[in-house]
Amino acid sequence: MKIIELHKSITESNDRDAEKLRNRLRKQGLLLVNLMSSAGSGKTTMLSRTITDLKDRVRIAVMEADIDASVDAERIAALGAVSIQVHTDGMCHMDAGMTEEGLNNMDLEGIDIAFLENIGNLICPAEYDTGAGCNVMILSVPEGDDKPLKYPLMFQNSDALLVSKIDALPYFRFDMDKLYERVRYLNPDIKIFPISAKTGEGMKEWEEWLLERLAAWRKK
Amino acid sequence: MHELGIVMHVAKTLDEVAEENHLTSIGSVTLEVGEVSGIITDYFVDCWNYFKVKHPLLKDCRMKLEMIEGITFCEDCKREYRTIKYGRICPYCDSEHTYLLQGNECNIKEIEASDE
Repeated sequence: MKIIELHKSITESNDRDAEKLRNRLRKQGLLLVNLMSSAGSGKTTMLSRTITDLKDRVRIAVMEADIDASVDAERIAALGAVSIQVHTDGMCHMDAGMTEEGLNNMDLEGIDIAFLENIGNLICPAEYDTGAGCNVMILSVPEGDDKPLKYPLMFQNSDALLVSKIDALPYFRFDMDKLYERVRYLNPDIKIFPISAKTGEGMKEWEEWLLERLAAWRKK
Repeated sequence: MHELGIVMHVAKTLDEVAEENHLTSIGSVTLEVGEVSGIITDYFVDCWNYFKVKHPLLKDCRMKLEMIEGITFCEDCKREYRTIKYGRICPYCDSEHTYLLQGNECNIKEIEASDE
């Protein structure tokens, strides 16, 4: 027996796969958006509204990752958008290899933006690079303004934060200023969009940002 | 659940190392695990034992874990404290302006291997 010193981070091989996938997607001109949040924050509702609002401007596909079931993919498919359900069989996050496999099983002809709706939880998905061109997270008002303190990594790794369900603000003790301060401390460059997919408030700003990201992605 | 995913990533890395170094079996793997990496060590070892029997290269491979203490630094009062005990808020000055110095690691430190 001999000892081999490695000193490798366990995410190293995933980081390599992610970079490979990102390069491939850049060549294809397809913007992959890794969407992360807790369970029940309104990811699918927000996506449904975004797909409908932008249907004349870009074609969006959605990869739904869940531990089980396919209710989310069915909701997206009902809008006429390309969708696929990926089951992680008990795993709490998507990695680059799983994401690539999912994409390979989708008909992406003519698609501009593909969303990966990651597993609902604020911890594990933040630790694995999926190969996406940008990371977006949702925090809903009922979850509370203290979440950046408890789960800093996801806020640090995201390019945009959607604060969802703002129509419910009157009913919760949610300090929006405090949230901005906490999030900006972790990540000064993050874009923050307060939205309500129910009333439509704030959706336009988010959607315009998304289109800008797509244009920038294709220019690079 | 998280632990199983990490086990699979460790196995993937070890497969690559084995190929590069022409190894036929791995007797043990030593991991450095941070206290606040979110890894529950008991679950992790259970997942390892479940997984390794399905993987010829690793079937006799023991998992050794070395823990790394979680330490947070406060930018306001410039002091360090134990993350596990106090979390993100500095116990000395109540500041939220803190960051983790160490304790979030999950590294493969070394392996014991045979190429015969």
